[in-house]
Amino acid sequence: MITTNIDSVPGKRIAEHFGIVQGSTVRARHVGADFVAGLKNVVGGELKGYTLLLERARKEALERMIAQAQQLGANAIINVRFATAAITQGAAELMTYGTAVRVE
Amino acid sequence: MQQLIDLLYFVVFVAVTYSVGTIVERSHYRKIEAEEKDYLNLPAVSSKEIENKDQIIAAEMVSGSVVISLDYFKRILAGLRKILGGRIKSYETLLDRGRREAILRMKKQARQIGADLILNMRFETSAIGQVTQRKNSIGCFEVLAYGTAVKLRK
Repeated sequence: MITTNIDSVPGKRIAEHFGIVQGSTVRARHVGADFVAGLKNVVGGELKGYTLLLERARKEALERMIAQAQQLGANAIINVRFATAAITQGAAELMTYGTAVRVE
Repeated sequence: MQQLIDLLYFVVFVAVTYSVGTIVERSHYRKIEAEEKDYLNLPAVSSKEIENKDQIIAAEMVSGSVVISLDYFKRILAGLRKILGGRIKSYETLLDRGRREAILRMKKQARQIGADLILNMRFETSAIGQVTQRKNSIGCFEVLAYGTAVKLRK
């Protein structure tokens, strides 16, 4: 599966469009990571626990999107976008969407 | 007397967080500047297409993210600033640091796959863990940079 966030897959021709595919995941903060982050928050700087948490969550959202595209019979996803929304206190939704296509 | 001691504790706490926060920020900037020089041969552009389009032989998405927060002292300062309005410099440098770090992480990933250029780079910024009307909420930002890394025919 090729994913790009430009309008085409370079060097390949788009043969078929399958429309929008998306993947999302909602994550709550971990109590342990939260505690460390709270301490780190006093002096500022990077909160590694959160960075890791979000990275992993985003990867999962991507995998879900790819799975959906595979079901449709696509072999590439173009114009991929990421979006993040804080939905409730301490939870965030990470979502990714793009256009599933078949390229040759 | 007790109040005086409390005040003293507070002042010491603020002073410590300020100095540690400043040291952290300076060393971070030094690290960013050194790494940026290292990645000069791998530019990231925000346009979707390049002139020599037929030279592209492979494309893959890359991304880099960072969660970053302010120190306690600067947060108080920013809170005071909000009353008067105007530039909040401490947040400006925070976001600047975050963005540059995110770009560097994205480029690191791109270099691992042997890319020559990153096309259509986008930023996504979100305030996570920020709860209004709660003093002890964790005010931090996540900055995500993503784009399409491409390999060019030599």
